[in-house]
Amino acid sequence: MKKQVIIFQLNDEPVEIYVDPAESLLTVLRDRLGLYGTKAGCSKGECGACTVLLDDRAVNSCLVPVGKVQGCKVETIENLSRGGKVHPIQEEFVDKGAVQCGFCTPGMVLSAYALLKENPQPARDQIKMAISGNLCRCSGYKQIEEAILSAAKKLARQGNSIT
Amino acid sequence: MADLKTVGTSVPRKDAIEKVTGSAEFIEDRYMGPMLYAKMKKSTVAHGKIKNIDTTRALKHPGVKAVLTGKEYPNRIGLYLIDRTFLAVDKVRFWGEPVAVVAAVTEKAAAEAVDLIEVEYEELPGVFDPREGMKPDAPIIHEDLANYEIVPIFYPEKGTNIANHFKVRKGDIDKGFAEADKIIERDYYVPQMQHVPIETHKAAVQWSLDGKLTVWSTAQSPNVVRQLLAKSLDMPMHKIRVISSYIGGGFGCKAGASIEGLLVPIAQKFPGHIVRIVFNREEDMQGTFTRQALYSKLKTGVKKDGRITALQYEMVWDGGAYTEYGVNIVRAAGYSSTGAYDIPNVKTDSYCVYTNNSIGGPVRGFGMCEMQWGIERQLEEIARELGMDPLEVRLINGMKKGSTTASGQVIHDLDYDKCLKVVADKIGWGKKEESRDGKYRGKGIAGLVKCPAQPSNAASSAMIRINEDGTAHVMIGATEMGQGMLTAISQIASEALHIPVDKIDIKVPDTDFTPYEWQSVGSRITYTCGTSVKRAAEDALGQIYRVAADLLETPQEDLSFDGKKVFSAKNPDLTATIREVADSCKKCTGEGIAGPIIGRGSFVPTNMTNLDPETGQGNPGLFYCFGATGVEVEVDPETGVVKILQLACSIDAGKAVNPQLCTAQLHGGTIMGLSTALYEEVRFDKGIMLNRNFTDYKIATIDNTPHMDSFIVETPETNGPYGARGIGEQPMIGVAPAIANAVSDALGVDFNTFPLTPERVWQAIKNKK
Repeated sequence: MKKQVIIFQLNDEPVEIYVDPAESLLTVLRDRLGLYGTKAGCSKGECGACTVLLDDRAVNSCLVPVGKVQGCKVETIENLSRGGKVHPIQEEFVDKGAVQCGFCTPGMVLSAYALLKENPQPARDQIKMAISGNLCRCSGYKQIEEAILSAAKKLARQGNSIT
Repeated sequence: MADLKTVGTSVPRKDAIEKVTGSAEFIEDRYMGPMLYAKMKKSTVAHGKIKNIDTTRALKHPGVKAVLTGKEYPNRIGLYLIDRTFLAVDKVRFWGEPVAVVAAVTEKAAAEAVDLIEVEYEELPGVFDPREGMKPDAPIIHEDLANYEIVPIFYPEKGTNIANHFKVRKGDIDKGFAEADKIIERDYYVPQMQHVPIETHKAAVQWSLDGKLTVWSTAQSPNVVRQLLAKSLDMPMHKIRVISSYIGGGFGCKAGASIEGLLVPIAQKFPGHIVRIVFNREEDMQGTFTRQALYSKLKTGVKKDGRITALQYEMVWDGGAYTEYGVNIVRAAGYSSTGAYDIPNVKTDSYCVYTNNSIGGPVRGFGMCEMQWGIERQLEEIARELGMDPLEVRLINGMKKGSTTASGQVIHDLDYDKCLKVVADKIGWGKKEESRDGKYRGKGIAGLVKCPAQPSNAASSAMIRINEDGTAHVMIGATEMGQGMLTAISQIASEALHIPVDKIDIKVPDTDFTPYEWQSVGSRITYTCGTSVKRAAEDALGQIYRVAADLLETPQEDLSFDGKKVFSAKNPDLTATIREVADSCKKCTGEGIAGPIIGRGSFVPTNMTNLDPETGQGNPGLFYCFGATGVEVEVDPETGVVKILQLACSIDAGKAVNPQLCTAQLHGGTIMGLSTALYEEVRFDKGIMLNRNFTDYKIATIDNTPHMDSFIVETPETNGPYGARGIGEQPMIGVAPAIANAVSDALGVDFNTFPLTPERVWQAIKNKK
């Protein structure tokens, strides 16, 4: 397709790029904008490693043509630890041992982040639903579930639900 | 070992912060410089002669820099049996085998050019079932098998498709069967599966004009990549540098060397450029190692009291198109062929057979999941035939201190009984739950054992640099693919060196800078690399004491090191900081003593031997790790769906260096095993892999992951670092048979294969009626 100027909010900053609107948001983030925290696991929407937030909802960035983010808000893993501090969800992933090879981790953390934005006190079933699109071959998921549950409690204690 | 400070504690992972923030660097996450992107042209037939490859149109395609075929690059490669070329030469042996590679300025241009390459094949009859492949009239897949270079512990049969025939002859098999009151005999089948790490295979290669080759790879072993490339390309090792990043999961598929060498001739044409290849998911599933299918016949003789007197095991493995690595899986399954049981009379024949299916190779468990499926299913059948409790049959025959394996190796450090009992207790063994709402309940148990399948000279080494402020750098050649090696190894270093673990830095390897490590495979790193690191730490500590004794002019025996300073227990005034020790000048005269402290440590097994070619007797095991899995299921007869109600697993870790990481391996391995037990099977149609994406090849998601309980048993490994042994693969081994045993208990029907999909279970219920 003919290249276009696409303007969107990326990690709270305006971004303007001249690009084929059919190119995937995933390759734009990685190959054009240097945000390597977003991972490519299948490029077909099957594994969730490339999860980002698009207007606060978790999406597979490999399935989003970048033309669709015109005027939207995109958040990647790099946004969670801005200001030099890891996010409570990330702290709990570390603390609960929810990290192994780390390739699915950014997508997992962002799916959890999207969930807790919408539902600060999710039940276990809701956690499972929220990350059922994120595949992990290492962990057996148990520690990931615990980390998200624990992050929800921690955020509630701190009184700072994600906005 | 009651006074351990760091080993045995759950310190946070060294790599956790990098990984949760997305800053951990994987191969594809670095800007490398002027790039060329490579794509492969793949075979469209499973077995055929290459009549012609026309690359004219591809070469003219805009952006294309080079096209390479096997004729121009016929170099061979292989770990144990050198039967592979990077690109097919003259003939193709599996569907999807690379026949040409294109390099272009963009990945898109390379992919477009691949479609412009025209290949003409003359199709040959194929072999898709290894049992057919063993027959005298089967089409021969490797005509040159007899001339291939091979490590002389494997036994190919000239003029056949048999790449290795491994034999065990222990005791007197005829006498064993004669003594038996009952003989049970059955066939089993385990299909192919795929590892599917979330990160696919990737490699990048750069050639510089001074003849230096730099390789970035997702390989589990940078040193083996270097070794195999040096041989294949006839290059000296100091001219090859292999760099590892974090690896996004391995599970065996990234062991050995795979795609790195494919790119070298292109890199040599464009010095300074970096030629990179990234497998997409389909290429990763179809073109890399697949777990070999196993067709087996198992016959067991047993006394009325449950004691097994004889075991005869014939295993026919689908080695796929190339078996450079697979021959050793076949060997390992052979020498371990009694599973976790002490059986006096054994006859095993394990055959590795070429077929025109995808390449067989290592997967977590290295043959043990497949081989012990038969053992653990047959024990169930034995128990039923004798009217005995399956747990009791396992306890009677299970290995104990002083037991011998199939290869006659004596086992010392184990508590298999405890592994079994702890999971049995957890799932309420012996208490039969009644069926509810028309659904049937059942319980099953399975044991497991595995030793690292490594050559007896597989070595490790380590260096430790002590900084002026008492912090340290540990340098090793093992790779971090999620197992937590960086953390566990740092803990071992910390324990031996007295320097706190948070003051120790450790990185992934780079063969130009880090010392030799054979491979990060076989659940061996905690033991092998851990031992070399412990020795390096002890060496460094010894130097610290020697220099400090000289510096402080006091006997070494009086000195202690607290990680920062060396001090005398007798005279508190006698103290030297690590910096003073490192600078090591006598205060009074200014004369030098030593210099910066560098510890070194090496390890090679001393308890392993080659095996007798006729009897398979000898010591192939560095250490043996035992465990067990227990399951309670509920089966819906209307749908055939198996629901896991309880799942428990135990592993005898010797000493859990980091209990949290150890538990993570237990969970992850068990769920990987559950996924293979219920969902996973690679389907082929005349060699064409049908399910090669996550939509068609389902793995467990969080939705179908049940609660599980895990137990770490600690029977110290005498020669392991702080008593530790490796546990990474083991948790997977017992899961499929435990689930099948539970489903059999629930329904009263047997399964000789898995996955236990709803269709298969439903069909079995229907057939029973």
